[in-house]
Amino acid sequence: MRLLEVRDMIGRLAGLLMGIVEAPINALEGFMGRKRMPYLFLAPNLLLFGIFTFLPIAIAAGYAFTGGTELFVSDRPFVGFDNFRQLLACEDYLRPGSCRESLFWTAIWNTLWFVAFNVTATLLAALVTALILNRAIAARGFFRAIFFYPVLLSPVVIGLIWKWFLDRNGLLNAFLQILGVPPEIFLLDVGWSRFFVVVVSVWFHMGFYTLILLAGLQAIPKDLYEAAAIDAASPRRTLLRITLPLLGPNLLVVLILLMIRSVQIFDEAWVLTNGGGPGTANSFIVQYIYQMAFGSDLRLFGLASAASVLMGLVLLVLTLIQLRLGRKMES
Amino acid sequence: MSHGFNPIGFLTRTRRPGRIEITDILSWLWLIAGTLAVLVPVVWAGLSSFKPAAEITRFPPTLLPRTAVETSVQGYEKPLSLWTVTIDGKTREMAMVRRIGLKAQMVDPQSPEAPVSVDVRAMSPVQKLTAATENYTDPLTRFDFLTFLKNSVFVTFVATLLTLIVNAMAAFALSKYRFRGKNAIFVLIISTLMIPLTVVMVPAYLVVVGVGLVDSLWGIIIPTVASPTAVFLLRQYMLTIPDELIEAARVDAASEFRIFWRIILPLTAPALAVLAIFSVLWRWNDFLWPLIVLSSRENFTLQVGLNAFQGEFSVQWHYILAMTFLSLLPVTAVFLFLQKYITTGIAGTGMK
Amino acid sequence: MGNLKLTNISKSFGALTVLHDINLSIDDGKFVVFVGPSGCGKSTLLRIIAGLEDITTGEIEISGRDVVHLSPAERKIAMVFQSYALYPHMSVRKNLAFGLENLRFKRDEIEVRINEAARMLAIEPYLDRKPRQLSGGQRQRVAIGRAIVRNPDIFLFDEPLSNLDAALRVQTRAEITKLHRDIKTTMIYVTHDQVEAMTMADQIVVLNSGRIEQVGTPLELFERPKNLFVAGFLGSPRMNMLKATVIGMHDDGMTLDMGYGTTWTTGIEPDTSMIGKAVLAGVRPAHFSVSEQDGLPFVVQYYESLGTETYVYGTLEGQSDQIIIHQAGHFSPAPGSRLKITPLPDRLHVFDPETGLAIPRKAKQRDEAHAFA
Repeated sequence: MRLLEVRDMIGRLAGLLMGIVEAPINALEGFMGRKRMPYLFLAPNLLLFGIFTFLPIAIAAGYAFTGGTELFVSDRPFVGFDNFRQLLACEDYLRPGSCRESLFWTAIWNTLWFVAFNVTATLLAALVTALILNRAIAARGFFRAIFFYPVLLSPVVIGLIWKWFLDRNGLLNAFLQILGVPPEIFLLDVGWSRFFVVVVSVWFHMGFYTLILLAGLQAIPKDLYEAAAIDAASPRRTLLRITLPLLGPNLLVVLILLMIRSVQIFDEAWVLTNGGGPGTANSFIVQYIYQMAFGSDLRLFGLASAASVLMGLVLLVLTLIQLRLGRKMES
Repeated sequence: MSHGFNPIGFLTRTRRPGRIEITDILSWLWLIAGTLAVLVPVVWAGLSSFKPAAEITRFPPTLLPRTAVETSVQGYEKPLSLWTVTIDGKTREMAMVRRIGLKAQMVDPQSPEAPVSVDVRAMSPVQKLTAATENYTDPLTRFDFLTFLKNSVFVTFVATLLTLIVNAMAAFALSKYRFRGKNAIFVLIISTLMIPLTVVMVPAYLVVVGVGLVDSLWGIIIPTVASPTAVFLLRQYMLTIPDELIEAARVDAASEFRIFWRIILPLTAPALAVLAIFSVLWRWNDFLWPLIVLSSRENFTLQVGLNAFQGEFSVQWHYILAMTFLSLLPVTAVFLFLQKYITTGIAGTGMK
Repeated sequence: MGNLKLTNISKSFGALTVLHDINLSIDDGKFVVFVGPSGCGKSTLLRIIAGLEDITTGEIEISGRDVVHLSPAERKIAMVFQSYALYPHMSVRKNLAFGLENLRFKRDEIEVRINEAARMLAIEPYLDRKPRQLSGGQRQRVAIGRAIVRNPDIFLFDEPLSNLDAALRVQTRAEITKLHRDIKTTMIYVTHDQVEAMTMADQIVVLNSGRIEQVGTPLELFERPKNLFVAGFLGSPRMNMLKATVIGMHDDGMTLDMGYGTTWTTGIEPDTSMIGKAVLAGVRPAHFSVSEQDGLPFVVQYYESLGTETYVYGTLEGQSDQIIIHQAGHFSPAPGSRLKITPLPDRLHVFDPETGLAIPRKAKQRDEAHAFA
């Protein structure tokens, strides 16, 4: 009863507001004619898009060719390919220390390793979970919800929760002590911290990909399984010859999506590792861009933009592959 | 009683009734381990957030928030802490007066006249369950936490409202009208899905500075209002509304705007609800963009504020965890009530 | 005041022209049915009248006003849609009120009109329900009610019965006819169902491929179809077409050689230039007499008996085109058996196969009194 009253009130309030807005818009309609109304409906959206999405995109490339620490493009000297040259100057790309922008190459290698491990681990975990949840198992809705829950949390919250879990006085060390293992400060160890950045990322995002794969699994017609059962196919064969091939397109899309998002790792890693620590062990490419442009008053906007452009090209290739796959799936 | 609930049958429900296979056992192990993995860090942080400052760094930690029991003893000004002490094979509760090295001076609270010296290895503190609510009240009253909360609520609410209206209007135009340039505009909007914020954050910052919205809450609300995802989702939904309804409304002398808010908006309610939930989550959890745009403390959102806190109070985990938990509560509530909506929304649209 | 005049209406979607030079005028108070096969442009024409589609060229007048540049709301029309298009989130009452609110009617006036329409259509018990809680027939009435409360000059119906089941369709058909008798407002009704057209219309407009084929009362169209299309479209089962040759002319009409040594004399206007010409003789299934001795040799394939009437399917001997004949009562000829069939001479239609046009019947021969035998 109460809820209905509240809904009613909100409805009436909205009606009142709309009533006020309506008169001038109707006057405009009389002036412009019905045919032009869609342009009016599009106007606010396109205006915001133009200013805050298209304009930055248009500026982005130009920015990369300017130097100095001024913000506005008109105040910045044109430097040609200097920023790119600076980023790419390297004796041996495999040894970031030998590069002029060693931080950039450290970030690139860290990101590549992270993407490799994170994509593999997330995909496997999500696939296994989706396959299990797709079976007629009890409390499926409950498990699906549980696995999905972290997806909704903020990266900052997740970073802090895990930081506390992995603390010197945290629960993990308490478990290890029961097993007789000496306590470890995981986030100050290069290997462990990298490992746990991947663990936290899988923990954070797995539920999302599980959900997408589960939807794909449930779209496979049931009668295919019935036919396979009548053909006496073993569960293993059913999985390998029916489920996975039919899930294939979904898996590919999830794979590319995961790559696109993994390349952009920043938020949760930033909080978990106190800004990429220990040292630069967990410094990733977005963090590099952020720090060059906004961190500690460096204001190296040109360098940051050049790095953005390079990352954007990689993402663009991945996105085009994804769109290609998506179109193939539809047809 | 064939319709009665059979708990054993429910729990052992498997792919093939009547047979439990190794894959079933492995499946259950995976699910239970996964559930624990999800819940344990969250619950642990939640429990820890109620621990008093003195208790939170104790190692090994207790699972539940506890605190030392204190008692006032005759002849001593301050309350003394209670300990379980074993003396000559007998176990009794005593209050600690002072501690020197490995020895502690203890008195019996009932007969406080004669202190005894006890080996600290032979004693353990008496504790009771507690909830250190000051972890929550202190940040709310003494620090800027309330400001952050207010900012986050404001940003979330206003941005969601604007997102709904602006994108619904655009989706209406793109789904229910024929006009010149329609397809080009749609493709243009959708193509921006390909360019994530991380790629354009430097020029986007420039634009925000240029229009004077830097270090303002509007600077994080307005740039993200026009959303290609939202336009796409709403347009797809509006395409399913029959055109005859709009024609009927036109015959019924409704203006185009009236058609929008009296016919289209109410009928798009399910999609708007999904979008509203997502928008709330996006705004509430947003981090990188507010981190770039906001610079003064009174404009921080919860996420940026939390991040700042953890730098300042690096050892005060009781405060950090309490604030973390507070910012997690609304999302958890949304999740508990709207879980079905969200999961089907994601499965249906593939957005996040 | 509800007459309509369409002058030289054309409509194109890009290169595709869907209506060619339509001229039509409809008098106040008439029930007019647009009928034709799907894709003939009848719905487009209705939507043009409503103002929901633009015209490429031409003029539209409603009640003497030029309405080409007026919005649907300003044309004083109301429309019942094929899907009813009831606003699903509004109660029946709100559905009826919506248009009046938009036109800024006073609250009590709205109330009066809704109650009157609800009484007329017997939907009073459902006024506070949502459309999804109503049956198909009830929704249909609400849709009509929404049109009635507007008190329009012209009612437009776009295939309003196509979503109803057969029994309800017959009943609603009668109700709409009765409604028209009661309120006497001009109604334009689009359908592809010739039975609806024949039973409801004062005037039928037959459309085909974006052109008006013929306009007239149901009887006129049935009795004197202007061309092969109208002859074939109206009447069920369709008119039989027999090949014939004109062999002579005299005062009573032309004589046709039907083959098989049979000649028929018809009441068709004589024109000596036609002698020797191949024509098509159209005979409706009900307009044959069957005998054992005289007439064309007809080989029975099978028959369908409906108890009170029988349709016999077969061919003329040695030909492959199917011919259907209708007989009153139960009639059970054995498949493969032979009958002799002869048309009723004054029911014969003759068409020029090249132009498709009918050759006009002599005026004095017409007798409409026993047209529907």
